[in-house]
Amino acid sequence: MISSLPTWLMQAPEPPAPGFKAPSGEDFNIPPMFEGVPVLEYVDKPVIQLIFSVVLILGFFTIATRSAQLLPGRTQWLAEKFHVMVRDSIARDNIGPEFRKFVPYLVALFAFLVVNNLFGIIPLIQFPTFSHPGMAYALAILTWLIYNIVGIRKQGFVGYIQLMTWPPGVPGWVRIILTPIEFLSNILLRPVTLAFRLFGNMFAGHLVLLLFVFGAEYMLLIADSVLLNVLSVGSFAMALIFTGFEAFIQLVQAYIFTILTASYIGASLADEH
Amino acid sequence: MLSGNLNVVGYGLSAIGPGIGVGIVFAAFINGVARQPEARGQLQSIAFIGFALSEALAILGLVLAFALQ
Repeated sequence: MISSLPTWLMQAPEPPAPGFKAPSGEDFNIPPMFEGVPVLEYVDKPVIQLIFSVVLILGFFTIATRSAQLLPGRTQWLAEKFHVMVRDSIARDNIGPEFRKFVPYLVALFAFLVVNNLFGIIPLIQFPTFSHPGMAYALAILTWLIYNIVGIRKQGFVGYIQLMTWPPGVPGWVRIILTPIEFLSNILLRPVTLAFRLFGNMFAGHLVLLLFVFGAEYMLLIADSVLLNVLSVGSFAMALIFTGFEAFIQLVQAYIFTILTASYIGASLADEH
Repeated sequence: MLSGNLNVVGYGLSAIGPGIGVGIVFAAFINGVARQPEARGQLQSIAFIGFALSEALAILGLVLAFALQ
């Protein structure tokens, strides 16, 4: 049966050819900066970006609100607009009457995600922090803890589990299948998909950019064919176009992470009937 | 001579369903806004939640394509 396969499927893959090497997951492993120093060896580029983003956001909001005026200046206007956008269109629409105490977390989360994602296309940094899965896991676990704790506080433990796994108005025999699925999707899989969505988008977007830029570099500088040298312009153009597209994706993913957090909190707080 | 990884074909397969799903989500969103333009704000957040949920499968496929070697 195997012999009926086409020959190109049967040949073993060639050892790495001297030609073009496509970017892979390996390109995301940035070597550590302080090799061998006891604690500092865990500090690499993404960690520094995390710290830098916190400093940026803290600085921006401190400057914007330090001397708050009735007629806002440009910086204050931007900060207020950002806050009002998260408060009204993310928190209030998805959480319901008790949205007020979650607004600080959601504003901070959205700002943190926007800045860290945009690091992926800002020149000189050009590495989205969340293209390392560990970073995304941490944020997703934080959201998971918040919506579970909030739900258990509001509904009580039994009431919360019932709300999550026991949707009303379902015939008894369906519950045998439905309750495990609901438990799996509402309690166990939510943080996983939350983290993977953010990580996957950042990883894939950065990989596409790497592919076009490396490809253009290879075609222009290393390939010895005039046709390829000329065609490298197309690859560079695609890299530029995809940088713009990436900016859009990064903002959308920050928005989606925040809005899903809000809607999970809202679902935990919902009244049963 | 063609060499590569079958995982990528798996990712391609896993992207079909979410592709259709995302299309349906945004088609419904456009329909809703066309019928009732003032509901745009509310519909937009619902549309993005639906988009995120249906896109999850494609993202899982992408992650698995790289994770399983």
